[in-house]
Amino acid sequence: MTREDIIKPENLVYKRTSVLKDATMHYCPGCGHGTVHRIIAEVIEEMGIQDNVVGISPVGCSVLAYNYFDVDFVEAAHGRAPACASAIKRLRPETFVFSYQGDGDLASIGCAEVMHACNRGENITMIFINNGIYGMTGGQMAPTTLEGMETVTCPYGRDPEIMGHTMRLTEALAQLPGTYYVTRQAVYTPALARKCKKAIRQAFENQKLNKGVSFVEVTSNCNSGWKMTAVQANKWMEENTLKYFPLGDMKVNGKFDPKFIERIATFDQPNETLYSLRKK
Amino acid sequence: MAFKGALVINTEKCKGCEVCITGCPNGVIALSKKVNAKGYNYLEVVNADACIGCANCAVICPDGVIEVYRAKE
Ligand SMILES: Cc1ncc(C[n+]2csc(CCOP(=O)(O)OP(=O)(O)O)c2C)c(N)n1
Ligand code: SF4
Ligand code: SF4
Ligand code: SF4
Ligand SMILES: [Mg+2]
Repeated sequence: MTREDIIKPENLVYKRTSVLKDATMHYCPGCGHGTVHRIIAEVIEEMGIQDNVVGISPVGCSVLAYNYFDVDFVEAAHGRAPACASAIKRLRPETFVFSYQGDGDLASIGCAEVMHACNRGENITMIFINNGIYGMTGGQMAPTTLEGMETVTCPYGRDPEIMGHTMRLTEALAQLPGTYYVTRQAVYTPALARKCKKAIRQAFENQKLNKGVSFVEVTSNCNSGWKMTAVQANKWMEENTLKYFPLGDMKVNGKFDPKFIERIATFDQPNETLYSLRKK
Repeated sequence: MAFKGALVINTEKCKGCEVCITGCPNGVIALSKKVNAKGYNYLEVVNADACIGCANCAVICPDGVIEVYRAKE
């Protein structure tokens, strides 16, 4: 079988979606932001909602998301994407609305907005890219930075005694009655990327039910901020980040996942992963 | 029934991150020694016969560089 025999329209199994514009994304090589953009765009294409969706981009590396999606977009002030999304959805309930935020944007400066939008049970989809660092501004510590992890503002490793604890905000949001679907996903292997796409699809489909917030955290890499190659960063994430931020559903159809209930019961105990990263 | 795959790689959009290479079960792809206009070593097929068209490489490429075709042998 020659290459020409295989490359025919009827044999196409994967092609870049036309919901993404032709522009080359500005993200660093291997950055998970690009993968998640692609997945969201594919979901929009598959649901046939390109003309009826509004995205809200944050401040952070993904501030320019509106340059890449061929759908309506609003750029919110730092941390305010959930507030902006709430307003748009209330004014246009028939439109699919999603916010897209990094961890500095969502868990730090925007902590109040996300908490209250989730507590009000806005009928929106929230995408949260947790790379444990402020990527855009050069790699400063975020609330989600692991204890012991080095960043430019904690060069000797995050010390919880003076810098606070690594924040599992998604776990907190799952406990608010206004959230209907809360899950943590990743995109660094083919199987995980396919699973993440199903979760994002679910989070968009849920808007048809008007039951509250559908929240998808994607634990991601920041190769530049972590000072690694993309492949090294993905490995590091698997070995460290995912121990403290394990993947999986927390709440589905408004009900806690049984594994999540087991896990939060251990939250008053020290986490071995974090202590192992700390400098002795 | 075995499948044969083939890729169309948009080499100018590739950033040479190698993430796709980690996802390929059959060692089909590798970075070229040559670079594109942006200066990145871009992805190329080095073992075309081994490609099964699973699209693993394409679904983890952050930049949507890879188009995948698959046919029954
Ligand atoms: C009001 C305000 N404060 C601070 C900044 C500086 N700033 C820009 S992006 C950013 C954090 C971005 O981190 P994150 O949300 O994690 O996004 P990432 O780049 O990691 O995807 C900060 C603090 C700003 N632009 N506006
Ligand atoms: S700085 Fe980090 S988050 Fe930003 S594009 Fe680069 S790798 Fe991605
Ligand atoms: S389609 Fe599958 S076998 Fe072919 S190069 Fe991509 S990952 Fe490898
Ligand atoms: S994942 Fe995409 S950008 Fe990275 S090396 Fe492969 S084809 Fe190039
Ligand atoms: Mg970040």
